[in-house]
Amino acid sequence: MSSSSSLFESRRPRAPALPVLSIRHLFGRVGYVGRVSIATSLGLLLLWQIAASLEVVPAMFLPSPLAVATKFVAVSRDGFQDATLLEHLLASVGRVTAALIAAILLGVTLGFAMNLSQTAQGAITPILELYRPIPPLAYLPLVIIWFGIGEFAKVLVIFLGILPSIIIATNEGLRSVSPDRVNAARSLGATRAQVIFLVLLPHAMPSILTGTRIGLGAGWATLVAAELVAATKGLGFMIKGAADFLVTDVVILGILVIAAAAIVMEIGLRVVQRIVAPWQGHE
Amino acid sequence: MKTLEVRDVVVRYDGGSGLGDVVALDHVSLTIEPGSFVVALGASGGGKTTLLNLMAGFLKPTSGSVSFDGRIVKGPSSERGVVFQHGALMPWLNVVDNVAFGLRLRGVSQKERHDRAREMLRLVHLEGVEDRRIWELSGGMRQRVGVARALTADPDVLLMDEPLGALDALTREQMQELILDVWARTGKSIFFITHGIDEAVFLASKLFVMSPRPGRVVASLELGFGRQFAAGAKSGDVRSQPEFVATRERVKALIFASRELVEATL
Repeated sequence: MSSSSSLFESRRPRAPALPVLSIRHLFGRVGYVGRVSIATSLGLLLLWQIAASLEVVPAMFLPSPLAVATKFVAVSRDGFQDATLLEHLLASVGRVTAALIAAILLGVTLGFAMNLSQTAQGAITPILELYRPIPPLAYLPLVIIWFGIGEFAKVLVIFLGILPSIIIATNEGLRSVSPDRVNAARSLGATRAQVIFLVLLPHAMPSILTGTRIGLGAGWATLVAAELVAATKGLGFMIKGAADFLVTDVVILGILVIAAAAIVMEIGLRVVQRIVAPWQGHE
Repeated sequence: MKTLEVRDVVVRYDGGSGLGDVVALDHVSLTIEPGSFVVALGASGGGKTTLLNLMAGFLKPTSGSVSFDGRIVKGPSSERGVVFQHGALMPWLNVVDNVAFGLRLRGVSQKERHDRAREMLRLVHLEGVEDRRIWELSGGMRQRVGVARALTADPDVLLMDEPLGALDALTREQMQELILDVWARTGKSIFFITHGIDEAVFLASKLFVMSPRPGRVVASLELGFGRQFAAGAKSGDVRSQPEFVATRERVKALIFASRELVEATL
């Protein structure tokens, strides 16, 4: 499935898949949808600048894009609250990445366990369904009481935000495997372990990656909450600190940097998805 | 060479929602002699696929036994290769890696398994597509990949579950000839499921006609049209001889007779 597909609009036929991996192949060319997206983004930026120039609201509440850009340079060079923008960014990206890797390892394992064993399914389902609908902010105090305010507690909260979507995506990916495909491997002499690693895992890979992308969104959402608690670095911490002193341009800067970091990770995952699971949508 | 024997097999499963037990196979016996081309012909729901699943070891009979080379079949094994109706290929592997999949499971080195896979691709007349993706192939090409994959594991018997069912008529006839060719060249036993009468009569050295609900063997015939083609006769000549036409009509009559029998008992 192309991310830009629409069911109800007729579209120009898609170009055939290129045989070699190229930048174009990985990112897709900028088509009509892409051009509309770029125009929309530029339009919003323009509206923002106009609103700021006309001082519809005081600059203290809505600084202009230019002011935010100036701040970007200043915070990158001199820092804000004892850390440069890059240090804040790396602290946040580090936490999200650590949580994401742990969530993938455990989530895929649990997803497989639920699919292969009824005992595991029965044991995991109630835990998963009980904690999944609870917003991370609600159990954050409990995590702090139990694990303190160190790095571990912060990564744990982000991890818990990401985990359910990966478990569910893995499980769904495995459920869609046709018995024929498993039987084909068995009739060629596959052991149970070979069926798991050479048939089920690659089959579930597109779904796992989609779950990872969804989980990553939840992870970024949880990040700010986690960093509100006694952090000394991080984009969430920077935003909170700036808000306390009404430094609105740094608040907006922080938000934009989080958005940019999330988009870069999302694009990275899409690239991985195209390399690891190029057959997606072709079955 | 080894014989596959199905002896007095019954398969019963729970039909669900108060329907009671459904009998998929009712006391079926048949033997696949080494080197024979056995065809099971019958309408859908006739238990043909159930029969194949038993032979492959995917399913256990409620009663009766399936044995291969004198040993009871307890599960799937690479000595009984399977070709599936919809291919069941792995889309994450290219053509040559799909064909070599069975050898990879045995830990054969990449060079050796690719060499052997290429050899099998030549046998099914698929060359120059080794590096292609599965989804770039036509239905007929995919089925040939499926046949090559099963052959690469060097099984004694090839179990084919309506492998030509999803193909258009022209491709279908080409594939029938290709399968006879492979059969003649490799000397393997084949068990082939179809609901096409013409196809069944053309291919079979032994034909079993099955009736549905419950699945039973209602007739068996020894035929030789496939052997004629394998010995060099043209497909059109084989199909247009009076004996072929007569046999086809006879088999058709058998199928309709069994259907009326079923309707009469309902």
